[in-house]
Amino acid sequence: MIVLSSDSMPIMKELDMVVFRNRLKEFAVKIGMSLVNQTKLITAASELSRNMLRYAGGGNVLIEIVNAQRQNGLRLTFSDTGPGIPDIDKAMKDGFSTGKSLGLGLPGAKRLVSDFDIKSTVGKGTTITIIKWKNG
Amino acid sequence: MKLDTAKLLQKRKKQILELWMKNQLVDFSLREDLMSNEELTVQSEELVNILLQSLNNGNLEDVQSASFEPLYEVLETISRSRAKMGYSPRETGTFVFSLKDALLNVLQQEFKNDPVLLLEESLKVSKLIDSLGIVTFETFIKGREEVILRQTDEIAEISTPVIRVWDGIVALPIIGTLDSSRTQVVMENLLQEIVATSSSIAILDISGVPAVDSLVAQHLIKTVSATRLMGAECIISGIRPEIAQTVVHLGIDLSGIVTKATLASALRYAFSLLQLEVRKLNLKTNQL
Repeated sequence: MIVLSSDSMPIMKELDMVVFRNRLKEFAVKIGMSLVNQTKLITAASELSRNMLRYAGGGNVLIEIVNAQRQNGLRLTFSDTGPGIPDIDKAMKDGFSTGKSLGLGLPGAKRLVSDFDIKSTVGKGTTITIIKWKNG
Repeated sequence: MKLDTAKLLQKRKKQILELWMKNQLVDFSLREDLMSNEELTVQSEELVNILLQSLNNGNLEDVQSASFEPLYEVLETISRSRAKMGYSPRETGTFVFSLKDALLNVLQQEFKNDPVLLLEESLKVSKLIDSLGIVTFETFIKGREEVILRQTDEIAEISTPVIRVWDGIVALPIIGTLDSSRTQVVMENLLQEIVATSSSIAILDISGVPAVDSLVAQHLIKTVSATRLMGAECIISGIRPEIAQTVVHLGIDLSGIVTKATLASALRYAFSLLQLEVRKLNLKTNQL
């Protein structure tokens, strides 16, 4: 996989999410992603960045344009140094939430993107990488 | 040596101020429309006074020490007020950095026989002003952010108008991101308007909401529940195709809520609930 260009930004408050979503939209438009896929990616990113904000008090997100098998896509890496997720399997189930939300953030985000990878260490933090291909 | 410089600058305070004012007044970034020259002089004098005072108490080599606190405070106030008045970063930057020219100019005159000392002291003064410059920008941006935050609040307030579309039908077009605080405003406005107009149907139009994620959906569901508790039916309209697909993938269940693609179809549905009919006039029978 080749990284064509990248941008990194912190998410420390709710306002940052708006900026991040707009930036992501710019990237998606740049690689010519369809409106449906754009919306899916932005929604997934919005779920993940909100999780980061709510449970880890903020973190950092890396936006990259990647290319593999002649296809362009966007790869997002959300990393925080929060409390971490003790049971990832449970967190990935629909309707499970330690907060008062619908519990659809993580599993929903996974369904919305092409590739989803989560790594978490309790006490150290969580890193989630998602990829959405232009036509995926 | 440091005391000498401080004392020396103190002695030539008037000249520094004059030079600084001259620098500011000739600069093209001078904004007479925002601040009169008298005000500018007062502001500059205040800053020079506190700067020289800090230099007397403190060590020029340690610009982070506590004796410079009051100086930073004054600078922060000035910078913040300038941000609010609409100065550009360049104009605010010039304000501080033109002081450097004035100070260096005085040092140059004083130490012209001792280049080594001149260089040494100039570097110190330069460093101090640089750190003042950084503080200025930090607060300037903070001041701007405050303005943005206030505007965000204002936008949230004004962008949730409840429209009375028909007798017994109110509509609320939501434009922009729906976050927790915004939902609160939306819900309050809507519920109040339902009571005020004794409406039985409320239409929430989300055409202008860029993305519906699980939190937005949760807020919508809550608003609908609250409307129902008030005895009114709530219709959500303006669900675009891409939003519909996203909501399905996300796994959000909106089946318990009446949703429509457009405001027009929501209105038609509302009319049918109220047993109203909109039709073309039959001109022939109506002609007198």
